Amino acid sequence: MSILLDKNTSILVQGITGSEGLFHTEQMLNYNAKVLCGVTPGKGGQIVTNNQLPVFNSIKDAKKQFDIHATTIFVPPKFAAAAIIEAIEQNIKLIVCISEGIPVRDMIQVKNMLNKSSSILIGPNCPGIITAEESKIGITPGFICKKGSIGILSRSGTLTYEAIDQVVNIGLGLTTAVGIGGDPVIGSSMIDILKHFDADGETKGVVMIGEIGGNMENEAAKWIKDNMNKPVVSFIAGQTAPKGKRMGHAGAIISEGSETAEAKIAILKECGVTISNTVSEIGSTMKRIIG
Amino acid sequence: MKIHEYQAKEILEKFDIPIQRGYPLDDKKDINSTIRKVQENFDTEAVIVKAQVHAGGRGKGGGVKYCATYEDAQNAANSILGMNLITHQTDPEGKKVNKILITEALDIKKEYYFAITFDRSKNCDVFIVSDEGGVDIEEVAKNSPEKIIKAWINDSENSLLNGINEIISKLSLEKYQNQIEDIFRKLYRCYYESDCSLLEINPLVITTDDDIIALDAKVNIDSNALFRHPEITSYRDKSEENPLELKASEYGLNYIKLDGNVGCMVNGAGLAMATMDIIKHYGGEPANFLDVGGAANVETIKNGFKIILSDRNVKSILINIFGGIVRCDRVANGVIQAVKELDLDASVVVRLQGTNADLAKKILDDSGINIISAETINEAAKKAVEAV
Repeated sequence: MSILLDKNTSILVQGITGSEGLFHTEQMLNYNAKVLCGVTPGKGGQIVTNNQLPVFNSIKDAKKQFDIHATTIFVPPKFAAAAIIEAIEQNIKLIVCISEGIPVRDMIQVKNMLNKSSSILIGPNCPGIITAEESKIGITPGFICKKGSIGILSRSGTLTYEAIDQVVNIGLGLTTAVGIGGDPVIGSSMIDILKHFDADGETKGVVMIGEIGGNMENEAAKWIKDNMNKPVVSFIAGQTAPKGKRMGHAGAIISEGSETAEAKIAILKECGVTISNTVSEIGSTMKRIIG
Repeated sequence: MKIHEYQAKEILEKFDIPIQRGYPLDDKKDINSTIRKVQENFDTEAVIVKAQVHAGGRGKGGGVKYCATYEDAQNAANSILGMNLITHQTDPEGKKVNKILITEALDIKKEYYFAITFDRSKNCDVFIVSDEGGVDIEEVAKNSPEKIIKAWINDSENSLLNGINEIISKLSLEKYQNQIEDIFRKLYRCYYESDCSLLEINPLVITTDDDIIALDAKVNIDSNALFRHPEITSYRDKSEENPLELKASEYGLNYIKLDGNVGCMVNGAGLAMATMDIIKHYGGEPANFLDVGGAANVETIKNGFKIILSDRNVKSILINIFGGIVRCDRVANGVIQAVKELDLDASVVVRLQGTNADLAKKILDDSGINIISAETINEAAKKAVEAV
């Protein structure tokens, strides 16, 4: 078992003909992910990678030949929201958007559509999902992963890799790692992913990595206290970050001081979450509490 | 992206929102003619002189002056243009005023605070209004939170109308129902269509003639959306930005200068913050935040070195890259070129993990350059702090 993704998940790549899209499609194939085809508008008919993957002009065209469960998006930020919307309209169950720099306004529209659909969106501005030794969607380096018992969710891409590396090196191993993205508006929240991990038979403990800004960690902390049956270790980045130079006041009034690392760590501790004090102690802290 | 008050007011005007009218200038020889123009065109003897800088608290800092006469206005304009303005939102050394705005003076009956921004926790836009306008609103929020009215707006016409009505009712402004409804709708349209991340009017005033007018305007634009607003993009005032941070942004790097002596170059904002945190944990002081982003190559790494080394305090440099999109071999080649080409006084600690990390290690080993390598972030941070 794992969450969201396993070796049977059939995958399409949107933006497959771009340089990053192509590079990471090959990396996914090397990890034995079941990537079946790609989409780039206007490039339909091409064949790419050593696996001879067909390229289509649209997801609709691809679906005529393939049964697609998941899509991953590597398109420029200007067009990324439209790519997500195309996937929602085509009823793709799992949409993973890697693209960075999508306007907030576009993501609010995406989010409104998403709420009326049965699709799950991970990201944007995220590294994607990896299920150890089974499959990956996105850009997480596969070779650092070994199958095991820890689930990881993170707002930061590279901190996801750091956490994977540590739980693997300390001998616990990984079930699935999910990078949920660092933007103000994202498809799946920390709570959404915690629910999956809590229900997953193989996952024995969860690493949750947050950072300053927003209050998703605080909401997750309260949810963990009331609902979670598995131990959670959390690291919050930005303890030494200088207060940003702000121009207006509205943000401060909305956040009411709950967006700092200190505030988040205090709430997480109150709710029974174990804190890793530095980024290097994530694996050892988890090892200590699950024995 | 931040813009000036006079630019924000130009945007408001396009949406037919009544503003306190005036003209900007940046040359002292235009002061007299501009004052005359404001007085004649807007039929006013008194004018306001306002410093145009990217920081709030201008009034308290002496950057905004009410002038009853032409002579007062001349004096105020001459002293404010070119002054060094220090407010609670500027650096301690303050900001030079390169531009001023001279506006009409209005007879005010009542001042309000007004803002629209995005509330991440509720995933929708929020109106924030208070009848304690024109003062430090953060103080009001702290001391009398009941005076701050919030109305959350999702993407429907109904929620906008309900939100506006709720504000009108809580502030007992039924007398101005139509005017307020009209202006708030226009403000929301302006916020929405201009991709604002913040639209703040402090104060929004009711004049003695019962007109509702935006006296001030602070607008921040979502930088990711600038591609569809070329006219707003042209508002960027580079003289308002930290020169080193500006240079970094031209290189495509996200750099913030700090006060320590351990420079760092990291991929990803989260890992960059965590790296700063662990440098501090081992007793060091980070000299900067630097996220090289997802497209690090030979050039970006070299440019990163140049930016870090422009800070004379830097004694050691920690490069911490965990490659996903970033390919470590590209980073390694960048490190080698930078160390060879730049005259390095600082020691360099390198920790590369992830995509093509083995290849990167080989490239670094074969190059014979003088660097300290590390396997883990822990080891890297310790070595970088020790190397100072």
